[in-house]
Amino acid sequence: MASLGELERAVMDLLWAGQEAATANKLRDLLAQDSAATDGIAGHQGKDLAVTTVLTVLSRLEKKGLVERERGTRPHRYQAVSSRADHTADLMHEALGSAPDREAVLARFIGSVSESEAATLRKLLGKN
Amino acid sequence: MFWTSYFLAVLALVLAWPVPVLLSRAEWPSRAPFMAMVLWQAIALAGGLSMIGAMLVYGLEPIGDNLIAGLRSLAGMVLHNEPTTALGFWHLFALSAAALLSAHLVFTLLLTYVKIERQRRRHRELLALLASPSDDGPGTVVINHDSPVAYCLPGGARSVTVLSDGLMAALEPAELRAVLIHENAHLSQRHDLLLWAFAAWRQALPWFPTTRLAQVAVNSLIEMLADDVALRTESKGTLIKAIAIVASGSARPVEHFAPPGTSGQDASPENSSLSGTGGADSPRTTASRVSRLLSPKPPLPAAQRALVLAASAMLLAVPTGLLIVPGLLG
Repeated sequence: MASLGELERAVMDLLWAGQEAATANKLRDLLAQDSAATDGIAGHQGKDLAVTTVLTVLSRLEKKGLVERERGTRPHRYQAVSSRADHTADLMHEALGSAPDREAVLARFIGSVSESEAATLRKLLGKN
Repeated sequence: MFWTSYFLAVLALVLAWPVPVLLSRAEWPSRAPFMAMVLWQAIALAGGLSMIGAMLVYGLEPIGDNLIAGLRSLAGMVLHNEPTTALGFWHLFALSAAALLSAHLVFTLLLTYVKIERQRRRHRELLALLASPSDDGPGTVVINHDSPVAYCLPGGARSVTVLSDGLMAALEPAELRAVLIHENAHLSQRHDLLLWAFAAWRQALPWFPTTRLAQVAVNSLIEMLADDVALRTESKGTLIKAIAIVASGSARPVEHFAPPGTSGQDASPENSSLSGTGGADSPRTTASRVSRLLSPKPPLPAAQRALVLAASAMLLAVPTGLLIVPGLLG
């Protein structure tokens, strides 16, 4: 049995790849297919993956604010709150702070090193 | 003990403004970043101690010959409802201010910690879904992003260094190694603790020049310390190139350089829970790092290092001594 962390990742991969919202049943089938095809995440026991496990994973992801449930339909259909690229952009923003224009950053820092240092730097960068 | 409170007040004032301004303009910290780091910590601690100490000593002056005797009388007033008539309005004001400031500092430190931890936990959760393990060893993951980015996410045993696809593509193996060593130095030297303490210090007293200058200085000193670790095994050229590529956001050389007049804007140092290479730096930090590598100056001589260390020790010993020793002797 795959760990919940691995399953969360697999479920998010499916939701990010898919165009439309999916039910837990659909996701379970896709996960089983994936593991049969690649013999990867859930190992040989992918077929035994219970829908309740998928629902557990989905509710954990929902709590983390990564997945939302379409209300009003039954069975519930789930979709990713924002795209993989958006989440990555958020992480990068958090890690790098507010330095949006990185070429300007280099320009400014080249401006503030001395002329001979800037020449050395250009030479180093220009080598390949 | 009256003069003690004045002396401490003067010390607090000197440490809040002229000393940090001078230190932030000094050239030697880049020649001895570790010593400079010790001195900044001593300035912050001694500054806080003398601020609170000055108010405490002034407030307790009528009811005790020294701090310890004064605190004992104060405890009597609070716990046993003894008369407080000995204390005038300004004494009570100073005591309340000392208590409030102490509580404010401790509370801000804790609050900052909680905020940072929450942000890191969220960041780690997302990384678990978005990043894949890298071949560069345990604790290193790769995230799908085009700009060259490297940063570390501290968290004890769960510490992780994050590299982007763009970085892996832009850097030669030796340069990548330099970046990894740099990031690991941040983690193993626990720079996150320094960033946390100085972020909280600034958050608590944002209007003091010392807290802003200290945070900016500490941000750049930790980068220099990590660079020095990378220089032990990688060549200077490799490291400079890696820094420049990360700072430029692309592997190709930039054609148009801005005139020097546009320099000098420092980026916001607010985000401090993660420490990155390049991107998280202000341009000034990157410039001083590169400058330091391109035109190296000799390390500070041992005698001057010892002097800095002695000054740091004095900064801590003098206010502590003034506050405690009279009580122990009396």
